[in-house]
This record gives sequence, structure tokens and C-alpha cells, in this order.
Amino acid sequence: MDLSAINPVILIAALISAATPILLAATGELVAERAGVLNLGVEGMMITGAICGFIIAVNTGSPALGFVMAAVGGAALSLLFAFLTQVALANQVASGLALTLFGLGLSALMGQSYVGIKPPRMEDVAFGPLGDIPVLGPILFSHDPIVYLGIIIVASVWAVLTFTRAGLVLRAVGENHDAAHALGYKVKRIRTMAIMFGGACAGMGGAYISLIRVPQWTEGMTAGVGWIALALVVFASWKPWRVLLGAYLFGGITQLQLNLQGAGVAIPVEYLAMSPYIVTIIVLVILSADKSRAPGSLGRIFHASQ
Amino acid sequence: MTFTKILTGAVVALGLATTAMAEDKTKVGFVYVGPVGDGGWTYEHDKGRLAVEAAFGDKVETVFVESVAEGPDSERVMTQMALDGADLIFTTSFGYMDPTINVAAKFPNVKFEHATGYKRADNVSTYSARFYEGRAIQGHIAGKMTKSNIVGYIGSFPIPEVIRGINSAYIHAKKVNPDVEFKIIWAYTWFDPAKEADAAKVLIEQGADVVLQHTDSTAPQAAAQEAGNVITFGQASDMGQYAPMPRVSSIIDDWAPYYIARTQAVMDGTWSSTDTWDGIGAGMVGIGEISDAVPEDIKAEALAMKAALADGSYHAFTGPLNKQDGTPFLAEGETADDGALAGMNFYVEGIVGDIPN
Repeated sequence: MDLSAINPVILIAALISAATPILLAATGELVAERAGVLNLGVEGMMITGAICGFIIAVNTGSPALGFVMAAVGGAALSLLFAFLTQVALANQVASGLALTLFGLGLSALMGQSYVGIKPPRMEDVAFGPLGDIPVLGPILFSHDPIVYLGIIIVASVWAVLTFTRAGLVLRAVGENHDAAHALGYKVKRIRTMAIMFGGACAGMGGAYISLIRVPQWTEGMTAGVGWIALALVVFASWKPWRVLLGAYLFGGITQLQLNLQGAGVAIPVEYLAMSPYIVTIIVLVILSADKSRAPGSLGRIFHASQ
Repeated sequence: MTFTKILTGAVVALGLATTAMAEDKTKVGFVYVGPVGDGGWTYEHDKGRLAVEAAFGDKVETVFVESVAEGPDSERVMTQMALDGADLIFTTSFGYMDPTINVAAKFPNVKFEHATGYKRADNVSTYSARFYEGRAIQGHIAGKMTKSNIVGYIGSFPIPEVIRGINSAYIHAKKVNPDVEFKIIWAYTWFDPAKEADAAKVLIEQGADVVLQHTDSTAPQAAAQEAGNVITFGQASDMGQYAPMPRVSSIIDDWAPYYIARTQAVMDGTWSSTDTWDGIGAGMVGIGEISDAVPEDIKAEALAMKAALADGSYHAFTGPLNKQDGTPFLAEGETADDGALAGMNFYVEGIVGDIPN
């Protein structure tokens, strides 16, 4: 055992980066679910975003543009879900699963000629002298812009949901769509926008994997992150800061267990490998012991005549 | 006779004709653990499938299902393939072993071929390649090339095939570099690019300047390239897009000749349950070109070892060797028999750490 091989500063910096795809996807899904839409297509939107962002970044040489188009791609795919569930009134669970399967297939098709290509690298944000501060510098000021964007999105979602009229309306639609409709709010329009926001966030989360974390394109490379993001929203009781906590916890323990394995710590590897899931669930379940519950209209189909 | 009746007759005739045509074709199914575009393990199996199509043309029809989870899900997929009329089904991951046996018992007329497993039945063959021969060459290059004396190894699942690879690489790295140390991380997945990349990054952060992988995607190659000054080896496929650095060589699985031969056997009615385990000599394991990043003399030694492994004059597990706990494994000059290799569940002496159960 050689714990000195683990550098806690690098570990924390790596955790923040590793958590970003889950964080982005989960935050987007949170907004959709607060508007009453259960979109199980997160995985499909992530992988579509991953390949859209990759293609654009490779062809234009600009990772930033790649992320923008990843968001557009994810949102475009989510529009399909919005059409199925809001216009055609299809079952949300089935439509979401279909969206995942469709996204996986579509991305594989789009990415056929992009295997083995190295994407342009996204530069870290230049904080100047701040990055040289011992310990805090590498942890807080040594990341790519998307890491900060993720945190800003969480903070904005929290602020909008909590303090603004728009947030109140969105929550009203999610809690009781009949009442919201009676008050004159456009339930379908609001839900469609929430779905698209979710798709855009998921798309960026996917592109983070293909452009920064790995960085390359491989079919099916999100490998289930979307499902973890979905579970995280529930365990975080539909609260943005808890999503952040959960994502960092999950990313952190995943990194920690890899580090411990590398250092040869005498804990059975099986326990280490399952620890991210267990610890995240336990912590968030304890936190959700308060009175938080799912949005009242979550997963229900809305039609004005009913 | 009315028009409808003529039409019905035509449809029935057409139906009969297509069934008759379908019966002429031999249908071959493939079950894959990852996507065909993984650039590694599944990619090579799919190349084998395409080779079968190319070899037999219209006489054969192939189907495949990719990204099938090991366990009950795979049983469902195999059952569906058998029901759809497959004559021969290749199941290409270790975790499909029990599902293959279960489904095969239900379809005695369908032939099954399970890769890397050890359970057979009258209609179930097993086949695998001696990847450990390639690992010996990798170990030699790794031991010679490492400057930090730390070699990182990304394991998938603690099964004999993977453990054999670790041992083989370690033995040959240690032989040329007594100070070498292996750091092993178990990813508990065959395919998860983000996790594989994370594992590679952790190993590199902890000082490894050689990363060996026994997982299926090219993600560790990308992570090594990002880090610079780290060498890797292509796994299952050449992964030549990462040459000359970080990928300095590779183990390439070549399943095509085997798949063609077995399909032919089904067509001829000569198929029987067998256990095939071929290595470099038979061509089932290929060694990808050793790139210029490797000095000439090391490259020559590696190629000499490859030749010796191929003609059988050298065995990758040759004594004296002890197990990790110090008990003797092989005496001086003794080589490991296939039984010992197939069930290998221990590290050799010198590797630090425990194998997860």
C-alpha cells in the first residue's frame, strides 16, 4: 500500500471534471421533471450531443462551437420526444426509452467516419496568477470553461426556480397541469421548452465526454451515464444543489476508488467498485428525509380537454 | 377464378419460394458485448463476420446484436436468434458462458460457439486465442521501455483470461527489468470509454509511463496521448490510429479464418463440438507493427520472441516460476499445461495486490 502516490489536489481536480457530464445531464433532466415531464431519453440525447459536438469541433477546429452544436443537437433530438409526448400524447416512459435507442443508433451512424480522430483540445480558462495559488489553484482555477458553465447552470436553475415568476410557472405546470392550464398558462409550450433545455444540457454533457474527458469518438461511449443522471435527479429530490452534491460525490468516489486501487489499498476491489453508487444513494436518501417529493404531475399526459 | 384468388395464390407461391430460398442459406448469428465501432474486441469479431459474408456470398446470411449485457439479457438475445432460424451462433464474451449453455440445451439442432469460455456441450464449442503470447511481447517491451519502472494495467474482470495476461506481461517485464512494478486497476467493465480513460489517467498520475489495457475501447490510448510520454499497446485490434505514439505495438485478434471454417463445417454437416485455442503460430493472435518509438534492439528482441512463440520453441509460461504466495508453480524448464492456464486464478510471485473474488 502506498497512499503517498495519491495526490489529493489532483484527485479533487479530477473529480470535478469527472462529475461534469452527469451534472449537466442531471440538471437538464431536473428542469424537465420539475415541469412534469419524465424524459428517459437522457442517454440518447447525451450520445447524440457527443457526436454532434465532436463532428463540429473536428471540422471547425473550435471546441466551443462544438459544445454549442452539441446543445443544439441534444435539443433537436429532444424535440422529437416533445412531439411524441406533447402533441401525439404518447406515453412518456415508452417515448423516452425509444429516444435513447434512437439516439444510440443515430449517433453510431453519424460517427462512422469519425472513429480514431483526435478532436481539438479545449484550453483551460486562464485565471492568471490565481492558478498558481497552492492547493486552491489547481482545484478551483485549472479547469476548462464547461466545468464552470456547469456550475453556473446549476446556480441559475436554482435561482430561476426559486426566485422568479418563470420558475414559479414552471413548477406550477409540473405540480398540477390542470390548475396551471385553468390559470391560462401554456402547459405544452412550457413543457416543450423545458424538454429542450434538458436536451441541450444532456447534449453538452455528452460532448464533454467525447471532447474533453476521453477525448475521442467511440460508439456508445456514454456507457450508461444518462441513466445515472436520471437516478441522481430522483435521489436529489429534484433540488439543483443536491444534484451538484450528488454528481460530485459520485464522480469523487469513482475517482477515489480508482486511485485506491492503483495505490494497492487492502480493501477488496468489489467494495471499492460499488462504493460510488452506494455512498451517493445513502447520502442523498438521508438528505431527502425532509418533506420533498416528486412534482405532482410528473409523467402524466396533459390534454386541455381532460 | 377471381382476381383475389389469383393474387392469394401468387402470394402463397411467393411465400413458399422465399421460405425455400431461406432454407438454402446458412444463417449465422453473432452476439457482441460492445458496439461494433468500439475499435477493439467487438470490432475484430465483426470483421470476422464480414469475412464470413465475403467468403460465402449468397449462401450465408449473418445477423448480429451488439452491446448485449452479459447475463440474462444475452440469453434472451440468443433465444431470439435461435427462434429466427440461426444455424450457428457465435457468442463473443466470457460472461455469455452460462447463457450459451442454457440456450443451447433448448435448441439441440442449433450449433453454438462460445468465445473464451470453458463449458462445452454436444452443440457448444469453445474457442479462444492465446492472447498471453502477445502479452509476453508487450511485457518485454514495457520492461525495457519504462523509465519510472511503473507499469499500469487496466483489467476488466478478474477472470483467468485477464489474469493470465497480467502474469504473462509481468513475467517478461520482470525478466528484463527486475525493478519493474505493476499497478493494476480493475474497471469491472469491458467497455466504458470514460471509465477506461479515467483509469488510465489515474495510473499515469501515479507514475506509470506504460499503460496496458484489457478493456475494449481506445479511450486509454487517447488518455495516454493527452498525457504525452506514455506508451500503450493496442488491445484486440491494431488501434493503429494511435501509432507511433502512444501505441507502440498491439495484439490483434484474427477470427476470420476460424469463423469461415466453422461456417463451412455447418454447411458440410461436419460440425462437431471442439475446443480451439490458437496463438501466434496459427495466426489467431497477430502482433501489430512495432512502431519507431521502440529502439531497434528492443524491437529485434521482441520479434525474436514472437518467432519463438510462433514455432513453439518458447512458451510464455516457462519455469522456474512461483505463485504470488511463494509456493512453486513451475519447476526449472517446465512449461504450463493448458489446464493450468485455462483455470489460472493466482498472480505469479512479485505482483503486489490481491485478485478480487
